[in-house]
Amino acid sequence: MTLTTSLQDKVALVTGASRGIGAAIADTLGAQGATVIGTATSESGAEKIAARFDEKGIAGAGKVLDVTSADSLEALLESVKSEFGAPTILVNNAGITKDNLLMRMKEEEWASVIETNLSAVYRVSKACLRDMAKARWGRIVNISSVVGSMGNAGQSNYAATKAGVAGFARSLAAEVGSRGITVNTVAPGFIDTDMTKVLPEEQREALMGKIPLGRLGAPEEIASVVAFLASDAGGYVTGETIHVNGGMYMA
Amino acid sequence: MSSIEERVKKIVAEQLGVKEEEVKPEASFVEDLGADSLDTVELVMALEEEFETEIPDEEAEKITTVQLAIDYIKENLG
Repeated sequence: MTLTTSLQDKVALVTGASRGIGAAIADTLGAQGATVIGTATSESGAEKIAARFDEKGIAGAGKVLDVTSADSLEALLESVKSEFGAPTILVNNAGITKDNLLMRMKEEEWASVIETNLSAVYRVSKACLRDMAKARWGRIVNISSVVGSMGNAGQSNYAATKAGVAGFARSLAAEVGSRGITVNTVAPGFIDTDMTKVLPEEQREALMGKIPLGRLGAPEEIASVVAFLASDAGGYVTGETIHVNGGMYMA
Repeated sequence: MSSIEERVKKIVAEQLGVKEEEVKPEASFVEDLGADSLDTVELVMALEEEFETEIPDEEAEKITTVQLAIDYIKENLG
């Protein structure tokens, strides 16, 4: 049996696809033949995604989605289903940080990170699950972070959500395995994106010293792992967390 | 247009992968038709879709046999 990494005839939904890791994931799934719906929180972000897809010859669309709003999600899925069909590949990538030492962390900083990074994974996964169950085929990939396993001072909120999505994936994998649906987590280390560009030079240097491969990762190096999990080639992997971090944390 | 009985039986057969003749009124989804917990959730969702209604969780829990499903639909959509 030869397993393929082609995603031809699949519809994929990637949240937070306007930049960084999400953009690379959307483009990679598209390059492997999937019709991709990339979401952004703003109209301009959605247009940016659409323009990128056009340029790269990727089928699909850029759409607006606020992952914290059930109404926004319902509207999105309705339009996606009528235009392209129900997504059977879901990449829960949208995420935010609101770093602070816990002793200074405000309730709002805690709650908004939980809402966007963790509750949204519940919400979007649930909304897409039914059509995957009907299709007897589905792929859910949550984008976590090395911080969810290692911990990181100043990121107790973010780390809690990133550990949370991995536990969520393991439980959901057990629930829906009988329907041919796999649920996995990819945990990137330090990847060259806007999220890590804000780190002070000093901190970047210190980090680099802890990475055996001696460099930051490229967003495409996360995307290729997601694409593998989304394809038939990754079909027997479920409930797993795959660390992609240049060796800075070996689990 | 087929009767409510026929429509319910057809959905049960499809959803649980059993033959329509096995879907007798007194048949229990779990004990007789081999449904697991996920099957029963999916079955209720399929009924909701077919009859364009929403079945609250506390009602859904009580629908354990083919006849109870038929009765529920009849009472609530009548």
